Amino acid sequence: MSLAQAPKATVYDDLPVRWFALAAVLWGVVGMLVGVIIAAQLTWPELNFGIPWFSYGRLRPLHTNAVIFAFGGCALMATSFHVVQRTCQVPLFAPALARFVFWGWQAVIVAAALSLPLGYTQGKEYAELEWPIDILIALVWVAYAIVFFGTIGVRKVRHIYVANWFFGAFILAVALLHIVNSAAIPAGAMKSYSAYAGVQDAMVQWWYGHNAVGFFLTAGFLGMMYYYIPKQAERPVYSYRLSIVHFWALIFTYMWAGPHHLHYTALPDWAQSIGMLFSLILLAPSWGGMINGVMTLSGAWHKLRDDPILKFLIVALSFYGMSTFEGPMMAIKTVNGLSHYTDWTVGHVHSGALGWVGFMTMGSLYYLIPRMFGQTRMHSVRAIELHFWIATIGIVLYIAAMWIAGVMQGLMWRAVNPDGTLVYSFVEGVKATYPFYMVRLLGGVLYLTGMLIMAWNVVMTVSRGRAVSTPVPALPAHA
Amino acid sequence: MDILYLLVPMSVFAMLGILGVFAWALRAGQFDEIDVVGEQILAASDAMPGAALDPDQGPAEQATEESAGTARHRHRSPS
Repeated sequence: MSLAQAPKATVYDDLPVRWFALAAVLWGVVGMLVGVIIAAQLTWPELNFGIPWFSYGRLRPLHTNAVIFAFGGCALMATSFHVVQRTCQVPLFAPALARFVFWGWQAVIVAAALSLPLGYTQGKEYAELEWPIDILIALVWVAYAIVFFGTIGVRKVRHIYVANWFFGAFILAVALLHIVNSAAIPAGAMKSYSAYAGVQDAMVQWWYGHNAVGFFLTAGFLGMMYYYIPKQAERPVYSYRLSIVHFWALIFTYMWAGPHHLHYTALPDWAQSIGMLFSLILLAPSWGGMINGVMTLSGAWHKLRDDPILKFLIVALSFYGMSTFEGPMMAIKTVNGLSHYTDWTVGHVHSGALGWVGFMTMGSLYYLIPRMFGQTRMHSVRAIELHFWIATIGIVLYIAAMWIAGVMQGLMWRAVNPDGTLVYSFVEGVKATYPFYMVRLLGGVLYLTGMLIMAWNVVMTVSRGRAVSTPVPALPAHA
Repeated sequence: MDILYLLVPMSVFAMLGILGVFAWALRAGQFDEIDVVGEQILAASDAMPGAALDPDQGPAEQATEESAGTARHRHRSPS
């Protein structure tokens, strides 16, 4: 099998791609299950069972870390290793290091799954893991960068395909964000204090937090979009020129959107305004990219009717368009005054996470997994169709419930009597939200059900196929 | 807001770095043939030596995969 060690290997090194693809499915089920559990805990707080390591405050970071870094991360690594080999027409650079990336990343995930419920946390959103795990992440990430950029360095195709630019920006930006935000003074084996304090810490945290959304959850998945949509649709991307403009415009404007997470806080007002301004500017490149992806189907719209994988990919772009419109709107200070700290934010995040990131991953994996196991398609195409509809209904229930709940909460919190006293106490808002928490839980259960259908379909596909080596084309199509 | 003395210069350096990479891409001719590179990824298809293992594969599905290698993309008329 592993004959990739020869200096002039003639097959692609797909072993890490297979491992990461299967790991993504496994962690998707786990991460979404934890999400359903904490949604149920918000509806019925008794489900904490009075056990500290089963409490909402500890499981919530476990959910976010599992779905972002375990599910999303494994999917990004699987697809980036696949795309970079196919578009550069060379096997992976440093194959041993690629295996270290896999096992190192799984070790990070297991360490997170153990340490977060035990209460070890730095308390920084999406960067909760304690300093020893942070160091392991940095090592794995450097290895990942060496494998990825090394493969580009030895490429046989002169042009670097646009998907690789997005993957490359994602890898470099996440390295910078992780190192700066996780700077801390250790105070014990699993205890540390942030290198920053007060509002400085908040600014670094949301500089990290929003750029993590921008580069981990956007740029990386745009890399997937620019490869798997053309491949599945069997058509080139609508405008390659626009994809280049999309890339450079996005990475030039992303870095300063973070302060919109700190509107009406101790952050200086001008810094908040910069965050709002850059968030509004981002609407342009985001929609340019979305239109470019959707229009790839121009002249072949009929494929959308029969092909559930394309449904996943194109609906993912629709949610990308929705979220990247909603996000800049919510970054406007006056809108943010209503939406901030309400469940509207939770709804916004999940329209991006379930709709854009989740559907893009699922569509790409449905393309990738059968091909990695010597098949032309998944075991059951009808199950993909079923997964698509169940998950879509789940997302709509989830985000509609959170929109209504969020606007209601915002209006209740700001309602004042003529004498200046609050009309509602906080707990009245919580009580009014109860039915929407039920609907959200139902939406989450549907989305998890779809993921379980996918896991079954993957197991059936893999057990009936076998890992095959794909030869690298002897003569590159274009030198 | 001392943190801005770290974050702002870092953004400026990142911007210069991005500009540098863009200049390299421009001079290295990365944007010279953008009319054709979009189609080139469609030509390189994953070979399917194990496809015959799956007894359920109808000829229609196999044809779709095989043709991806030869005809780069087929212009189907929208129905």
